[in-house]
Amino acid sequence: MRIKNYEDFWSGVMFLAIGALAMWESTNYPFGTASRMGPGYFPTCLGGMMAVLGALVALKAVESSSGEHAKPAEGSPFAWKALIMLSLGFVFFGWGVDHIGFIPSLFGLSVITALAGSTFNIKEVLIMTVLLIAGSVGVFIYGVELPIPLFWWR
Amino acid sequence: MDFSNILQNLGLGFSTALSLINLTYCFLGVLVGTLIGVLPGIGPVAAVAMLLPLTFNLDPVGAIIMLSGIYYGTQYGGSTTAILVNLPGESSSVITCMDGYAMARNGRAGPALAIAAIGSFFAGTVGTIMVAFLGPPLAEIALKFGAPEYFSLMVMSLIAASVLSSGSMMKTICMIVLGLLVGIVGTDVNSGMSRFTFGMSGLADGINFAVIAMGLFGFAEIMSNLADKADLADRSVLNQKITGLMPTLEDMKAASGAILRGTAIGAFFGTLPGGGPTISAFSAYALEKKLAKDPSRFGKGAIEGVAAPESANNAAVQCAFITTLTLGIPHGATMALILGALTIQGIAPGPQVMTQRPDLFWGLIASMWIGNAMLVVLNLPLVGVWVKLLKVPYRYMYPAIMMFMAIGVYSVNNLDLDVYMTILFGVLGYLFLKLNCQPAPLILAFVLGPLMEENLRRALLISRGDPTVFLTRPISAAFLIAAILLLTIMIIPSFKKKREEAVASSEVL
Repeated sequence: MRIKNYEDFWSGVMFLAIGALAMWESTNYPFGTASRMGPGYFPTCLGGMMAVLGALVALKAVESSSGEHAKPAEGSPFAWKALIMLSLGFVFFGWGVDHIGFIPSLFGLSVITALAGSTFNIKEVLIMTVLLIAGSVGVFIYGVELPIPLFWWR
Repeated sequence: MDFSNILQNLGLGFSTALSLINLTYCFLGVLVGTLIGVLPGIGPVAAVAMLLPLTFNLDPVGAIIMLSGIYYGTQYGGSTTAILVNLPGESSSVITCMDGYAMARNGRAGPALAIAAIGSFFAGTVGTIMVAFLGPPLAEIALKFGAPEYFSLMVMSLIAASVLSSGSMMKTICMIVLGLLVGIVGTDVNSGMSRFTFGMSGLADGINFAVIAMGLFGFAEIMSNLADKADLADRSVLNQKITGLMPTLEDMKAASGAILRGTAIGAFFGTLPGGGPTISAFSAYALEKKLAKDPSRFGKGAIEGVAAPESANNAAVQCAFITTLTLGIPHGATMALILGALTIQGIAPGPQVMTQRPDLFWGLIASMWIGNAMLVVLNLPLVGVWVKLLKVPYRYMYPAIMMFMAIGVYSVNNLDLDVYMTILFGVLGYLFLKLNCQPAPLILAFVLGPLMEENLRRALLISRGDPTVFLTRPISAAFLIAAILLLTIMIIPSFKKKREEAVASSEVL
């Protein structure tokens, strides 16, 4: 047994897992009958379908004989830094917009996401952030009048 | 519906679309759409999702006019950069790079841009006429559809979407099922029961489609762009001056056939559920290459190689509105978003829109044509500006995109949970990219999910649980047979090989 296609194998496993999870969660909802479907009917069917298809995808990616060499996963490295920084930026904005207002939360979002890049020049980032915030306030607060307070005091 | 009726309706449409305020929305949409289309790394789906909050305070007509303007503006902007710098802004303009960039390098960027504009405008005009003529009869048929017909139609659309999209078909079907499942999240309308909400009250109304679109298409895209930095850091922007915009008479002669054929192909794939601009462009290019007396010219700056795909993708974009508007069944990810925007505006998409809101339907059709005309006028003189825009480094661009997305996601419901959910879908989307799974079918299925369950329920309730109802009703049976045919075609080895080749060649480009 060897994996000949990592992409397919892992996506198959992922689908199998999600499908199984969906079926398991659906057991909490009444299934009903075909003519009177309960809320669990459709998701159970979908989960089952996905689990079966996922298993097939994964199986197809596995070879029983050891003929070909497994193709190693190629492409760019996993974007850990971007993942963490961008997520943090969004978490900050999501928290901040309700607590410290539009402008401070956008400021945090911009600076944190800028840290995800390969170069970080504080002066450049600050100028860019101020310009972007000015534009956003103009467009979203005064333009389309989104009801978001600018700062924590108003 | 007869001819004079259509003219009368078009009159209503033009009077709606030509009002100053709607013209402004159309112009803004087209302008912003082109701007975003020019910028690489952000596609039409993310663009429409990101700019959604701009339309919240508009009336429904203005909102849909602006959103559609954004949609075809992005398509158009994508081809401009494809020609000038060999960077397709959208997947549908990947093929335009081949001959468009070659023409630009031969010093013929002007004619390439002009022919793309002319081809697009012609295709857009034909597309608009097709929507006007095919829309009403189709809506009339659709009004007779019952639950079984709708269910089967949706099954067929989803199967078609998976056949026509690139990548492994089994994986695409998995993505569709996943999309249907994600669509179920929220309160079940029949029983009032919360499903898959895991105790979070913010999920009671289901997951917001803007969250999914921006997560899968915006957030994930930025992550992957940041991972391979080399790619976007050095863009060799064409520095030579663009002179002589107008194509010669010879160019026009060579391109006119290609424009006609491209338009026809685009109109065909555009009307087909699941088909879209990308497959239209690829097919149109392949056809031109086959028909050419000297196929070796292709890839070295053949004008047909620009005219055909550009006409095809624009025709497809216009024709996608036919099924979307008349059946209320979105045709692709972007259309799903536009329908979602209509729902936010309080309009239930479906065949009844045409009779209940004729100003909206016909106004949109008229504005599509006006928007296409604007694109021609707007783009040729502004080429210089777009090229300058390309020199903006990515490190300035992505924080701006992140800001827009954050504001956009939050403003839909003023809910911080939506912002956090976007992170989840962003990470998931990045994983999909890594695993080579196509996210577009997922969002299509997501929008169809609740509709599909509702119609399945109703169909089986009426038939007292007898599943043969889907086969005994002729229209429903026809849809299902079409779906099965599509699936079997995929299994036929020779076709499968062809499709894989096409997919592979599109990835190499």
